[in-house]
Amino acid sequence: MIAATGIDLRLGAVDVLSGAQLCTRSGQVVGLIGPNGSGKSSLLRCLYGMLSPNRGVVLIDDEAIGSMSQRSIARSVSVVTQDASADGIDISVGEFVLLGRHVHRGDHQGFTDDDRKAALDGLELVDMSGFVERSLNHLSGGERQRVMIARCIAQQSPVILLDEPTNHLDVRYQHEVLTLVRRLKIDTIVVLHDLNLASRYCDHLVLLDDGKVVHQGRPDDVLRSDVLEPVYGIEVRLLADGQHSHLAFGPLAP
Amino acid sequence: MSLLEATDRAPTTSSAGWAGSRRPTLIALTLITIVSVVVAIGLGPIGVSPPTVLRIIAHHMFGLFEAENWARTDDAIIWEVRLPRVLLGAIVGSALGVVGVTLQAIVRNPLAEPYILGVSSGASTGAAAAILFGIGSGLGAESVSLMAFFGALGALALVLALARSTGRITPSRMLVAGVAVSYLLSAVTSLLILFAHSAEGARAVMFWLLGSLANADWSTLPIGYLGMGVGMVLVFWWRRRLDLLALGDETAMASGVDPGRTRLLLVIVVALCVGFAVSLSGGIGFVGLAAPHIARRIIGPIHRHLIPASAALGALMLVWADVAARMALQPRELPIGVVTGVVGAPVLVALVRKLNHSN
Repeated sequence: MIAATGIDLRLGAVDVLSGAQLCTRSGQVVGLIGPNGSGKSSLLRCLYGMLSPNRGVVLIDDEAIGSMSQRSIARSVSVVTQDASADGIDISVGEFVLLGRHVHRGDHQGFTDDDRKAALDGLELVDMSGFVERSLNHLSGGERQRVMIARCIAQQSPVILLDEPTNHLDVRYQHEVLTLVRRLKIDTIVVLHDLNLASRYCDHLVLLDDGKVVHQGRPDDVLRSDVLEPVYGIEVRLLADGQHSHLAFGPLAP
Repeated sequence: MSLLEATDRAPTTSSAGWAGSRRPTLIALTLITIVSVVVAIGLGPIGVSPPTVLRIIAHHMFGLFEAENWARTDDAIIWEVRLPRVLLGAIVGSALGVVGVTLQAIVRNPLAEPYILGVSSGASTGAAAAILFGIGSGLGAESVSLMAFFGALGALALVLALARSTGRITPSRMLVAGVAVSYLLSAVTSLLILFAHSAEGARAVMFWLLGSLANADWSTLPIGYLGMGVGMVLVFWWRRRLDLLALGDETAMASGVDPGRTRLLLVIVVALCVGFAVSLSGGIGFVGLAAPHIARRIIGPIHRHLIPASAALGALMLVWADVAARMALQPRELPIGVVTGVVGAPVLVALVRKLNHSN
């Protein structure tokens, strides 16, 4: 379990986070939402040590992250990052997923058959087992995101963090990736821009604005026009088609 | 089968046949390197056949064979001159290949090579000061090499101080610091040459700057092998960290690798390797750039294969470049940097063309 409380973060001259708090919920998907620049990705990066807050505490299983080695952190938390690209290295899908096992092996140890099996299981779980030898650079956006998730599965950490995993994906893959995330039934925190996706796939939502948590709760409690309109500065209407409800957005009346 | 159906199914996979072994390729590269070393030892103005080379080496190392079976001049040439020279070429070439592959991963730039850290410029400044002005002459017979090594260490300290001045080391900071220190120390070396009173000294510095294995001897070889060998073993130890750094800092961090700390450790290790290499053989360009690229094409991008392959190819390139340097215009000897430059420049052009094409 990860719990962050009272997080202040200053990057350069900008206060990015001010007293932000966030925690995982057992077996649930927590969605981190908010406008551009509200501090969603920065808060997520504080949870695995990529950024160090100026104030506040991040606890992983009641241990302060600052006193943990990066390897210990990675054993507890796996991350689908925004920079996850293979531009610098023409690596195969299988080797990439296998690198998720690094946290379980010393630098001097080679990967074992168990590691390869864990990597293959991860790929099979995301329906990519036929892509083991393919170059990561030659995958579509949706395939690549599934491989990123396979790597987290191979890492076998109890918590997964995803930083905007649906970016650049078409609607079909957006739904497939998030459905997959739900099926994993692992403690998950996901940064999302699309509020309709957040409504549908998250159990709990945390709304950030200007570095502060301004609202949190079940999607129905957060995705309301009186909550969202002051934060996004746009008109929000809830539409229902019988099975699902959808948010529609438009400019606020002058 | 859709993705959603797949998640409902129990994984039943086997690791058999997964990611084919590169061992045969590595063994072949190692054998080619060993054969090349033996053949190269026999090549020169006075040729000695590979069997005789092996017998002379076995005689000196294990007391095998009778020395009467070959000429005494052959014995002296092989044991005293060519063997240390070719062995130095092999270790320096290996080190440059490994350093190149390491730097290309940690700065995520395919054009990175051993001299971007400014370390070779520091070594050159130290060597020029020793050759032209006798600075450090109290260090003994190897004062030029030692001054070059101290110059390399000084340059490394300067680069690290500049690269860390605004926080942790990032690839771009390191590159800028390395280039800045390189320019600064190259200017200092040029000034030293300009103020030198002896034309012969300036010529000696130029020859040294372009690299040569001619000064190899048994006294310095063990130090070079130890220094560069330990460096290469450490780089191989951290091979998976290199894979992860090449994928980006966030991915490395998410996989349990602290990128700033790992980069600092690796930079110190490879800079020391370059310091040893440059102090023993001068500035030899292109091997550290070309060997990793060729190795990557042969064996793929994973560093557990790429590091030994780059080492073998670096050794091969430098051993054969040295053969060309001592035989092309005999009895005159070419600086080895001229040979690697003439061969390496087309490789670099081809590389740039390939990068443009892929972009």
